[in-house]
Order: sequence, then C-alpha cells, then structure tokens
Amino acid sequence: MSTNFLDRIRAFLLAILLSVALAAPALGGPFEEAVAKFANDEFSDTDAAIGAVATSGNPLALAIISALREGRLSADPQSRKVFVTQGDGKVIDAATGAAVDRLPDGAAAVRLNNRLRRTVEAALGGLTLLSPDPAKRIAAAQSVFKSHDASALAVIDGALATETNKRARTAFTEARAAILLYKPDATEAEKLEAVAIVRARGDQEALALLTGLGGDVPPNVARAAASAITSIQGNLAAWSMVQNAWYGLSLGSVLLLAAIGLAITFGVMGVINMAHGEMVMIGAYTTFVVQEIIRTRYPGLFDYSLLIAAPLAFLVAGGIGVLIERGIIRFLYGRPLETLLATWGLSLVLQQAVRTMFGPTNREVGNPSWMSGAFELGQITITYNRLWILCFTLAVFAILLGMLRYTALGLEMRAVTQNRRMAASMGIATSRVDALTFGLGSGIAGIAGVALSQIDNVSPNLGQSYIIDSFMVVVFGGVGNLWGTLVGAFTLGIANKFLEPVAGAVLGKIAILVLIILFIQKRPRGLFALKGRAVEA
Amino acid sequence: MTPHVLTRSLDRSATIFIIVVAGLGVLIPLLNLLLPAGSMFQVPTYLVALFGKYACYAILALAIDLIWGYCGILSLGHGAFFALGGYAMGMYMMRQIGSRGVYGNPVLPDFMVFLNYPGLPWYWYGFDMFWFAALMVVVVPGLLAFCFGWLAFRSRVTGVYLSIITQAMTYALLLAFFRNDFGFGGNNGLTDFKDILGFNVQVDGTRATLFMLSCAALILTFLICRAVVTSKLGKVLIAIRDAESRTRFLGYRVESYKLFVFTLSACMAGVAGALYVPQVGIINPGEFAPGNSIEAVIWVAVGGRGTLVGAALGAVVVNYAKTYFTSGPLAPYWLFMLGALFILVTLLLPKGIIGTFNAWWERRKPEPLSARTEGGDRQGGVAQPKPAE
Repeated sequence: MSTNFLDRIRAFLLAILLSVALAAPALGGPFEEAVAKFANDEFSDTDAAIGAVATSGNPLALAIISALREGRLSADPQSRKVFVTQGDGKVIDAATGAAVDRLPDGAAAVRLNNRLRRTVEAALGGLTLLSPDPAKRIAAAQSVFKSHDASALAVIDGALATETNKRARTAFTEARAAILLYKPDATEAEKLEAVAIVRARGDQEALALLTGLGGDVPPNVARAAASAITSIQGNLAAWSMVQNAWYGLSLGSVLLLAAIGLAITFGVMGVINMAHGEMVMIGAYTTFVVQEIIRTRYPGLFDYSLLIAAPLAFLVAGGIGVLIERGIIRFLYGRPLETLLATWGLSLVLQQAVRTMFGPTNREVGNPSWMSGAFELGQITITYNRLWILCFTLAVFAILLGMLRYTALGLEMRAVTQNRRMAASMGIATSRVDALTFGLGSGIAGIAGVALSQIDNVSPNLGQSYIIDSFMVVVFGGVGNLWGTLVGAFTLGIANKFLEPVAGAVLGKIAILVLIILFIQKRPRGLFALKGRAVEA
Repeated sequence: MTPHVLTRSLDRSATIFIIVVAGLGVLIPLLNLLLPAGSMFQVPTYLVALFGKYACYAILALAIDLIWGYCGILSLGHGAFFALGGYAMGMYMMRQIGSRGVYGNPVLPDFMVFLNYPGLPWYWYGFDMFWFAALMVVVVPGLLAFCFGWLAFRSRVTGVYLSIITQAMTYALLLAFFRNDFGFGGNNGLTDFKDILGFNVQVDGTRATLFMLSCAALILTFLICRAVVTSKLGKVLIAIRDAESRTRFLGYRVESYKLFVFTLSACMAGVAGALYVPQVGIINPGEFAPGNSIEAVIWVAVGGRGTLVGAALGAVVVNYAKTYFTSGPLAPYWLFMLGALFILVTLLLPKGIIGTFNAWWERRKPEPLSARTEGGDRQGGVAQPKPAE
C-alpha cells in the first residue's frame, strides 16, 4: 500500500521535473515519443499515441487528450512538434508544457474519426479516474456508478490496485459493483457481492441502480436485490426522519430565539408586547449597520461582525425597550388589552421608521466565513449557519436561565413577578425592575435579530412574520416558565417539519395553528402551567 | 312586538345617530342620482361607494363594540368573520357572471378554468341562488364563531389569551385562503363581478341602492345591539365584563352568555362583509390579515368603547382620515399617524371621543341626585368600562 503510494508520488515528481525543469525539445522519454506520434497524422499512430499518453501518468495528459477532443491539438509536420491551444488562446508545447508565442505556420489540427473519438472519450474517463486530485477521482467514480459503463471496468480495476485514499477506494469499489451488476457475463457470485456493496451504500442512487436492474438476472441475485431495495428504502425513510428532526430542531431554535424575549416580557411580566417582533427587526438592522461600517472601514474584521453586532443589538433593542416601558407601558399595567393595542401601534411606528430610514426593500446581510457552507452527516446535509444558530440559541437560553436564577436582578425580577406589593415592601424598586425586565426581554429579541439576519430577509416586515409564532410558542409552552418556552418551541418546530412532507408547508402550518387552538382548550395555561390558586380575575 | 323591543331603548344620542344615518342614507343617493353631473351639490359616484364602505366598517365596529365594550371579549379576528361574509357574497356574484367570464364557462368561475378544475367544488353548490348566499353570509361566520367560542369559552380562555388565539384563527384562514387549491381564487380572490340580483354593479343606481341598504343595515345592527345591551341580558354581559368570576359565582352561565353575544357579533360582521364586497368590487385573502382586525378594534377605541354610537363614529372618522392622508402627499406618514393614534388613544383618551364627551357633558351641568341616576340610565346604564383583566 504505502510503497504504491510512494511510487505514485515519485512518478509524479518525476513527471513534473521532466515537464517543467527539463523543458528541452530533444528529450526522448516515452511520453515525448508518444506525443510526437500525433504529428504523423495517421489514425493508427494517433490511436497508439492516445493510449500511450493516457497511461503515461503525465500531468499534461489530460490537457492533451481534451484538446484533441475539441480540435485544439495541432501538429507541425516539419518540426514534428505538437501544440495545445489553451482555452484562453495561449499556446503551449504539448511535450514540455512550455509556453509558445504562436502556432507555427505549417501546424494543423490533429484529425479524428469516430472510432478515435470513442477512444478519446474512454481515455478521458480513465484519466479523470486516475486524476491526482482525490475529489476528482471520487466524482469520476460516482459518475461511473450512475452510468455503470462496462468500458470503465479495466481502468477502475487498475485504479483500485493503487488507490490509497479511503473514500476514493470506497467510491471505486461501488462503481465496480455497479458495473458488475449490469455486466451480462459477470458470475453470480460477483453479482451477489455487488448487490451487497450497493446495499451498503444505501442512498437514493443505490436504490435507483437496484430498481433499474430488471428481470434478466439469476433468481438468487434478483432476490438479493429485492431484499436490498427494502433495506435501502427503510434506511432512507429513517434518514428522512432524521432529516425532518434536524429541520425541526433548526426551526425550533429559530422559534425559541424569537420567543425567548417574549417569554420574559409576556411570560414573566405579563405585558403583552406586540412590538416584540420589531425588536427582532431592530437587532437585524443593527447587524446590517455594523456590517456596513465594517465593510467600508475595516474589511478585515468581517468575520467578527456578528460578535460585534450581538452586544450592540442587545444594547440598542434593550435601550429602546426601556424607553418603551418608561414612556408607554408603565401607564398601562393592569390593562393588558390596552397594552396590546398601544404596542401594536408602536410596532406600526417602528416598522415605518425603519422603512423610512433604510428603505422598504431587503438589505443584504452577509454570512461570516465560519457560518457559511455545510457538511454531510450520513445521508443529510447540515448547514453551518443553522447549526450555529441552534448552539447560539441554547447558549442564550442557558445564560438567561442562569441570570434569573443566580443574579440579584434575577432574584428581584422573580420577586416582583410573584408578589409585587410584597416585593415593594421588601425595598425592591419595582418600577426600576419593571423597566430592566422589559429592557432585558427586548434586548434578547435584539440578539435574536442578529441570528435571524443570517437566515432570513432583513426587511421592515421581518418582525411581523415571527410575532404570531412567538406568541403561539409562549402560550403553548405555558406562561411564566422558560422551560415551557424551550419545550414549546422545539415541539412546534419538530411537529411543523414532520407535518410538512405530509400536508405541505402551508397546510402544515394551518394544522399546527388549529392544534394549538385545540390544545389551549384542554390546557388553557399551556404545557407547564404555574401551579397556584390564582383565579383568573 | 319587535319594533317595540327595538325602539324602547333609544336615548337621545341613539336617536340622533339613527336620524343622521337615515338622513344620509336617503340624501346622498338622491344627490347622486337626481342632480346633474357638475352641479355643486352633486355627489360623485365614487363618494357614494366610499361612504358605503364606511357604513360597512361602522357595522363591523358595532359588532366589535358589542363584545369588547359590553362583554370584555377582545377579538383580534373579527376581520375573519367580515371576510367570510364577503366571500359568501363574492361567491354568489362569481356564479352570476356565468358565461360572460373571460373563458366563457357557464358554470366554473374564471380562476377555476384557469386552474384546471374538473368541476365545481361541492362547497360552491347553491351559491347561484341569492337566498342561499344571503343565508351563508350569516351562517358561515356564525357557525365558525359558535364552534370557536364554544371551545374557547367553555375552557375559560379569556383576556389576552383569547385575543391571541382569535388572531391565530384569522392568520390560519389567511394562509388557507391564499392557497390556490383551496377553491376560493387564491391570491387574487374573487373579482370581476358583473351584477347582483340582475342589477349591474357598476351602474350608479345599483351603487346608490347598495349604499342605502348599507345605511339600513347599519341602523338595524345598531338597534339590535342597543336592544341587547339595554336588556337584562346586557346587564349580565356588563357584569361579566367587570367581574367574570363573581358573575359565575352568582349562578350565571357565563359561557352561554359570551357564546351568544360572540356568535351574534360574528353574524353582524358577516353582514358587513357581504355589503362591503359588491361596493368595493373585490374580496381577497388580504382581508384576513391580522392587521385589519386590530385596526377595526382601534376604530372602536377611538370612538369610545361601550358606547355603540362611538364605535360607528370611530370607524368613520379613522377611515376618513385614512382615505384623506393615504391619497395625499402625507401618504408615507400615514402609518406613523395610525400607530400614534393607537398609542395616544389608549394613553390619553381611554374612553374615546364619545366617552370623553359624555363625561365632560355630565360634569358640565350641576344636577340633583335623582337626575344623576337618570343621566346614568340615559347612557343605557353603561358605566365606563373598567379595565378587563
């Protein structure tokens, strides 16, 4: 194994040395001889040259053969030199790779006939299979797996003998199995083994390969294939469950993020704040402004833009929250329906203010590099931004929970919530606590806006699309209980994503709304109701 | 009998209201139809349609005031009942188009032909008959409100919880009606109406008649609301608004009272929607938007909740302001004004225009004790709404 690998590397280095360092035309290596044959302009010589070049392992081979296919390979019969005209119009010497000013006058394109074209195609396929880049080898093997073209079998067998990359090796084995499965003269044992390999792969393509097999196979193989199909289908169903669960978790984290601030203002304080969504929107626009400043002044800091925006969004939205509490809400305590109307009006004002300042259209908020891209886990793809948002949400939740539990402000907040007058007689400045609690809830909404700016359109309507969902989460989870909000958000998220494939996106959402309405009938105080003797007034 | 029940509860402001509405309902169509165009007093047809729209909004406001002002139920989904009534009327008028549609299909409305419907969905049957459509205008919103209210009130969902789930209800309907396969025209809704009961909806005479009908419906709704709130039932409703638990402990079945008045209110909203659609010429899912329902609530708050006359007045005043400002150079600032209206009314004018006026009027005249109780009675025994919890 390792000797093979070393041999390859050595061959490689040698080839590079040959082509780059010793760029002299008079060299008589096998590759150069083969290339020179193109200049004979005889079909048989060209055929031999294709074979020799394709198997030479020279890094120029791919360029030469693909140039030949596209008529960009020219030969000068006098000097017996061969040239490749590259895609950008530059000309190189095919044997050495050295740049040439222009094609010699006598040079003509190397001709092909149909038989040679087939040879060229096969050689090209083989060349990609033998490409030095493992990713390209894997991609080539995947395409062979799909096409199960028997002509690639020899190349694959050869490649398998020397392959050291583990994933490429798997890809080659699977491609070989696909070919054998469809090859009429393969033995039954070979086919059975092939079925087992394809079954182990277990994805949509493996399923397509097996279902396309048809009836002209030995009965044993047909049986094995049928059982493999069932197994793969079960496997795929399981993965789609996992996928739904992941999407559900992701949606749940978004819902939780939007609702968590509401759980403080509505759940803990009992203030119904219809402008909560606008706090989220303000957080998103804060991110936008931060990114704009970074783009124009300090482009190097772009990856840190979210880290800078998060505390700023907390301060901006929290500050506005304190202003709202001092300016409007404090006059409306004990009048929840009036609070609802006033804050709805406030949300209209805030939306229109943002629309006036930033325009009605969506604003561009970029993803930092560590949040873009995705990775694969089994059969599902997980994007980094969704993953980070999930982690971020849980972190915000944990911090909030800790804050309420272990800090003086948290203690005061809980005291005021439980018994305002008693708290006041203990010397707690209740109105200050009210303002700070409301500011905290709004600030967390602002932080939610930073995260949501990564996956949603930043527009003046951003908040509106979350307000009803957030209220549903809080009401469903149970007012006054952060854990209820957590469970509520993830339950709704996952239920939504499991209903979506069955009922469609919109009907799924309607079904969820109807279910919540019915659920509230059963448990009017939500999943985790506060225990107590309070009669609703 | 009935007229007596309807009229016995009239006080001075109610009488003035009825006279004004009836007067306008007769005068405006006459000024529109009889005077030549270009005359100083001629009312252009577009104004007739606009006033007709206000009258429908006033009916919706009355419906909301009946439950919010007198029973403390803040529904943020009354726009849904309004829109359902409108859709029922719209379906009737769609069927009236017949083969005059773009595709000329005698049975299927245009959007169904366009969307390749094989035949008429079952829930469209019967809407070619006016009496059936008119019945559905009341029955569909009423039934929805009954089911919804039965579930909600029975499990004692009150206050903001009820407001939020009514909002969720209209939001769910909004999403549903936006779907093409739901069978109600999807995004575009129902439009291109030709005629109603054989009269062309574009003609001045029809529009004037529709306006008169809207005014008549407004008066009738007002009388019904009045009759409800001044009866013994109305006293129980007010008791529920001010102290629901106490009323329950006194032995009243609070749920039944609430359910009755909620369903009645939804039916009224449905009628308002049905009159609204032929005058506006279109009904689409946008009417279900939660924002519309909340806006209707603010009309009531502006006019004065728990005063009925105030609700109707508030609907007209706010909508006139909306028409005035959104068509002028101040259009970008309308939402600022509307938002500020929400905030200022709740903070500074919690009794609304009429409520504040009444309080001022009462304070102005020094009067003996017996006259004070009479003064209280004149307002239909309605104390100013206390904050509902």
